[in-house]
Amino acid sequence: MVTYIIRRLFAAVVLLFVISMITFFIFYVFPRLGGQTTESLASQFVGKTQSPQAIEGVIHRFGFDQPIWVQYGRFIKGIFLGYDYDTGTQMAHCYAPCLGYSFKTNTLVSTSIAQWLPVTVSLAIGASILWLIFGVSVGVASALRKGSFIDRAGMITALIGVSLPVYFVGPLLALAFVVNWHIFPDPDYVAFTSNPISWFTHMLLPWIAVAFGLAALYARLTRVGMLDTMNEDFIRTARAKGLPERTVIFKHALRAALTPIVTIFGMDLGFALGGVVLAEQVFNLPGIGREAVDAVNQSDLPVIMGVTIVASAFIVLANLVVDLLYGVVDPRVRVS
Amino acid sequence: MTTLPGDASTLHDDFGEEEAPDPGTPAAKTIEGRSLSQIAWSRLKKDRVAMAAGIIIVLLVLIAIFAPLLASLSGNSDPNAQFMDSIDPNTSMPLGSAGGISSTHLLGLEPVIGRDILTRVLYGSRISLLIATSASLLSLIIGIAMGVIAGYFGGWIDAAISRIMDVFLAFPLLLFALALAAIVSDHAFGMSGDTLHIAMLIFIIGFFGWPYAGRIVRGQTIALREREFVDAARVLGAKPRRIIMKELMPNLIAPVLVYGTLLIPANILFEAALSFLGVGIRPPTPSWGKMLNDAIQYYRVDPAFLIIPGAAIFITVMAFNLFGDGLRDAFDPKAH
Repeated sequence: MVTYIIRRLFAAVVLLFVISMITFFIFYVFPRLGGQTTESLASQFVGKTQSPQAIEGVIHRFGFDQPIWVQYGRFIKGIFLGYDYDTGTQMAHCYAPCLGYSFKTNTLVSTSIAQWLPVTVSLAIGASILWLIFGVSVGVASALRKGSFIDRAGMITALIGVSLPVYFVGPLLALAFVVNWHIFPDPDYVAFTSNPISWFTHMLLPWIAVAFGLAALYARLTRVGMLDTMNEDFIRTARAKGLPERTVIFKHALRAALTPIVTIFGMDLGFALGGVVLAEQVFNLPGIGREAVDAVNQSDLPVIMGVTIVASAFIVLANLVVDLLYGVVDPRVRVS
Repeated sequence: MTTLPGDASTLHDDFGEEEAPDPGTPAAKTIEGRSLSQIAWSRLKKDRVAMAAGIIIVLLVLIAIFAPLLASLSGNSDPNAQFMDSIDPNTSMPLGSAGGISSTHLLGLEPVIGRDILTRVLYGSRISLLIATSASLLSLIIGIAMGVIAGYFGGWIDAAISRIMDVFLAFPLLLFALALAAIVSDHAFGMSGDTLHIAMLIFIIGFFGWPYAGRIVRGQTIALREREFVDAARVLGAKPRRIIMKELMPNLIAPVLVYGTLLIPANILFEAALSFLGVGIRPPTPSWGKMLNDAIQYYRVDPAFLIIPGAAIFITVMAFNLFGDGLRDAFDPKAH
């Protein structure tokens, strides 16, 4: 188990390193391949309204005139050690983890992200809980009652769910539950620390919007996995030795059927984050996704870059947690 | 059902074709070899849901191809024509009920701008299907190549490719796509306007999607590599190139076909999501995602504008999902 944990930790560090390289490539190298000059790239980082002198200064400060690996070194150094920025009017020290300075809003990207992150995390955690609970339970119920009304209703709903994108189901839910029936308040972000109940009721609709499609997908996966497992020899053995059906299903079948689900869950977190970004846009919640989209529209590159790095780091971390949990769920991992 | 090809070695016996001139008739009295595709086709023909979905897909493709013709038949050939006399000057909403549905505008008008929704939905199908299918092809090509190489050669090559796939799978794709779309200016790679945006979307969606195909192909290749017919080819002195192209590839067609069909709806949703976030197809070119983006602002007063492009996406995605499911069941040797 210890070697397993060390291996996973090492893999996570490597993954972060690779992601930093890819992010760097996207923002610093790819535009050049597309035919951008140093000046136009620098002006994208500072915003298009800057004077030529300011752009010249930025080229120098960001080191756009230096070789690629030197630029990458500065980029990594900024993340780990911090960075001194000359914003034109004053010097600002950007403490590690430094994700850059937004010339549009005149703030450090890390400060802004720290402000937006609670929204995204609230949305992601709530949606994940709903998605897993509903997905797995509907899948198991359908598998155990194969061909029944529950199975058919569950699977038809699941099929509709996987075909409904967040940006369509979200407004539809809002139309039904907010505008028509007044069951839920208009989705909005209320800090958990200021009012947990209000936080919950205002987030419920966005959670459902994000979780619906994923729960549908997981219901289908769990159903197939559970049906396969129920045909395995060890289930027949468990039944043959006279174990009660409840024990067979919950202790033997469910555990085996859930192990692959845990693996896929780790991989789908990145995908789920996409749903969260879309939900923030749909419900106008001030999370990192909506802010990144705003940054795209204002070509505020440092913000987009910061959000990409933070989101990737979160995905890697979440994957690490899932991997370690996997070691708990699947005994074979501990032995090897 | 007659005997099913449980082992993959029977999957590509070519001589089945000459014995059964009509592959559709399952009522063959004498025992004869049938290829997997013949069995799959005869099963698929009996699957009414899948066939209905297949017909809808054919219709959608025809709609996309003949969009200009259909639009002029409806009386509004120009997707960018504005019908301001049908817009209420006070509320900016279309006159009449349900978003201005009338005999001249069968699906109503957009609020404020007053463009014909039917014409825009028709034209939007072109963008949606073009990008989704091209991106799927790109993913499949890269995925098959990488998957076969990893699966066939094994060892460190497999380890390296598998790691790369893991990295890609863990990515928050939507954010990276957002970043890539944001960094490329209006002129890049010698292209501009719609051509550039369509090419970028195909590249982004297709490039990030390959690991999913890669994993499936790799798994299949590893299973096939150990089979007797591959051993036989190797003993006869076949080079890896020949084994891959002549022995492995024909057996990979079924899973790739199934996966490709299921990849298209995922890519339709991806493209719509990017256009929804404002980084996909730029206005005034019609796209379903952008229409939903516009509709979000008005859905509480004009729900029809939201529901029509949303339903277009939903029906298309659902049809591909149903057909893909049917195809998978038809090719699955375990299904009955």
